[in-house]
Amino acid sequence: MDNPHIREMADAASASAEAGTLVYRQSAWTRLTHWVWAISLFFLLLSGLQIFNAHPTLYIGDQSGFGFDNEILAIRAENTPEGPVGYTRVFGQRFDTSGVLGLSWVGDTPVGRGFPAWATIPSYQDLATGRVVHFFFAWILVVTLLVWLAASLANGHLRRDLAPQLQDLRRLPGDIASHVRLRFHHAREYNTPQKLAYGGVLFILLPLMILTGLAMSPTMNAAIPFLADALGGRQTARTIHFAAMLLLVGFFIIHMLMILAAGPINELRSIVTGWYRTDPPIDGETNSGRSA
Amino acid sequence: MQKFQISRRKFLTAAGIGASGLALSGCDVFDGLARDSAVRDFMEGTNGLTYRVQRLITGRDALAQEFTEADIRQPQRPNGVTAPDDEFYKGLLRNDFADWRLEVTGLVEKPLSLSRAQLLAMPSRTQITRHDCVEGWSCIAKWTGVPLSLVLDEAKVKPQARYAVFHCMDPIEQGLAGDIKYYGSVDLIDARHPQTILAYGLNGKPLPVENGAPLRVRVERQLGYKMPKYLHRIELVDTFSAIGGGKGGYWEDNGYDWYGGI
Repeated sequence: MDNPHIREMADAASASAEAGTLVYRQSAWTRLTHWVWAISLFFLLLSGLQIFNAHPTLYIGDQSGFGFDNEILAIRAENTPEGPVGYTRVFGQRFDTSGVLGLSWVGDTPVGRGFPAWATIPSYQDLATGRVVHFFFAWILVVTLLVWLAASLANGHLRRDLAPQLQDLRRLPGDIASHVRLRFHHAREYNTPQKLAYGGVLFILLPLMILTGLAMSPTMNAAIPFLADALGGRQTARTIHFAAMLLLVGFFIIHMLMILAAGPINELRSIVTGWYRTDPPIDGETNSGRSA
Repeated sequence: MQKFQISRRKFLTAAGIGASGLALSGCDVFDGLARDSAVRDFMEGTNGLTYRVQRLITGRDALAQEFTEADIRQPQRPNGVTAPDDEFYKGLLRNDFADWRLEVTGLVEKPLSLSRAQLLAMPSRTQITRHDCVEGWSCIAKWTGVPLSLVLDEAKVKPQARYAVFHCMDPIEQGLAGDIKYYGSVDLIDARHPQTILAYGLNGKPLPVENGAPLRVRVERQLGYKMPKYLHRIELVDTFSAIGGGKGGYWEDNGYDWYGGI
């Protein structure tokens, strides 16, 4: 047990028992909007996959190539001499994805459908209901994003916690190294990867989701025709909408892993009650700014 | 206090369990959202919000994007019914629609019965637009037809009329009381929109059967299901109560939103 890391951790643990203090980290606005987003994004994802299943092919440009090829992704099924197979074709590369993508089982029956029943709302094919659920939560998401933006501008959350400072960039390599080793220093402030991840989701991915969503609306196309053009055409907008979904799912997975690694009880307490237990400052670091 | 910090192995195990839990969450939990559930009805209310907001921010006559000849790269993809299996329709088709009439009825002062020749003699509009299907695909084509507003003007729409209902000849479903033929509706803002035409031409040729011959509606600011094919009657109404299931269209009566601008 002469591992210096373990000794260090033990030291840190006993130190935090003495010096770890509860700080009020997340305002009620942040906590409330966080959970509304979590619920909304869950329903948006699963109803979005339902909508995707109505035409499980993505293209580049204004229109869908039926008489020409501008396909990016297809998640489809076909009959072969050996029976039906599901396949996923990405940039012309074809993969057999039977069982999950393109073809999946509902009970004992193989069904040709893009994403499987467990990944869509409703579980069965129902584009109309998928759209109802999707647009309902899209409105909730947009409204809560605006509420959050107003509150975060007013209470300083944006400037104080999210806006990256010059020193954040200097700390980025060290922060990445400690994240990879799953060793976190808990402080009130977000660390640099956190600022970049949360900022990226809130100011890049979600606005991009909303804009590409609007670019698919025929009425919006009349109201602001430059939007679809700026995004490369309606079908490119649909493809970007899908790609942004993949990035959001990626963010969610990393978000969950980081919470597990950094201590789920403390992390959850902070986003539920606002209170967060911090570690004592690291020697040589003037602020306690390297959190998880 | 014990500090909660976990090892990499525990972390990966937990992550694996978390991921499988996600996969098991199975979404038939939410199948209670099926048609006619109260929760679904509540959520469907957002369609009215979308309608009002989009009407507010979109100019009454704001045009849908138009494209160039070079953008027509493929035949217009047909969808839904592409060959109406109906004796009345087939009879008209055999005679190249010489006996077909477009009726304009309901809340109008002067009901109309227009032949194809009469429609062809009216001023026309040609537009190259993108057809957006509710399923997600798009297709660009050139449409030629009579602006619906001209037909409505001729029929003198009564002030209490609120919607134009399109009655079609294609059987879309076999009901207990016989075939259900396609029907749909738009408000009078879209009915009178400059790009809303009764199209008889597609890509410079007469409208083919698969795309709705002899006449279909183009409502360029809405999705494809709002543009009925195989038209034979336009009825002006102030309520949908006497139309099909009362929601303003065949697909609307089957769970789809009445407003198809998104």
